[in-house]
Amino acid sequence: MESLLIWTSDVLLVLGGFLLLTGGIGILRFPDLYTRMHAAGVTDTLAVLCTLAGLMLLAGWSLVLAKLLFVMIFLMFTGPVSSHALAKAAYNSGLLPKDCDAVGGEPSTG
Amino acid sequence: MQASTIRSARHSLSVVVTLSALWLLNSGFYTPLILGLGFVSVLLVTWLVHRMDVVDHESQPTHFTLGIFPYYAWLLWQIVLSNLTLIKCIWAGNKSINPCVAYLPSSQKTDIGRVIYANSITLTPGTVTIDVQGEHLLIHALLSESVDQLRSGEMDRRVTRVE
Repeated sequence: MESLLIWTSDVLLVLGGFLLLTGGIGILRFPDLYTRMHAAGVTDTLAVLCTLAGLMLLAGWSLVLAKLLFVMIFLMFTGPVSSHALAKAAYNSGLLPKDCDAVGGEPSTG
Repeated sequence: MQASTIRSARHSLSVVVTLSALWLLNSGFYTPLILGLGFVSVLLVTWLVHRMDVVDHESQPTHFTLGIFPYYAWLLWQIVLSNLTLIKCIWAGNKSINPCVAYLPSSQKTDIGRVIYANSITLTPGTVTIDVQGEHLLIHALLSESVDQLRSGEMDRRVTRVE
């Protein structure tokens, strides 16, 4: 049982590391700021979830588990706010997305 | 007046409970002195935020029903799914993406409902909310399919149900 927990946690931690790497590669590969932000989204969400879940399995039923849970909750609430702030700042300062399809479904306010 | 007093008492109580839980779980030292100091800090912070007039239905959404938890579970699953799509795109390279920008309607009535919807869109990788203009959200998506998916309105409906 003990070794099963450790193995699962190892797998989750390695998976988290792989996702962080993937996000990093995406940030280098994608063409402009907006698409790069999407790549960073992988490191923001699933990579964090995997890494923290792996650490939680190692922590067992303790206060550390609660703290890891707090880290996860706070990241889930603050992540989108910072992403949105970045995107909005870029958009307002006139940076238009590269190679973009036409804007669709404009609001019909006259 | 009466109703608003009750409501504000409920929001302040919610602050006390949240802060106490946060403090107890982060401390780990349960001697009378430390507990007493923690209690005083909680009361002090509650008084401060009450004076700052930021304790309301937006910072303490006590009116949300338990329906928010199934929504979070569903959202978590969506996050996993869109991560898988995105990972494929990253390793497949730039030819596999077709970024696009689009306006999406949102059917939420309250500001906080719209914030939940916009943040859910940003939280799922592959789509970011750039701006909120009245009832419309400006979205940037890595794949135009994810805009079509959002346009089908499932996430919108689910958020409206919990708001």
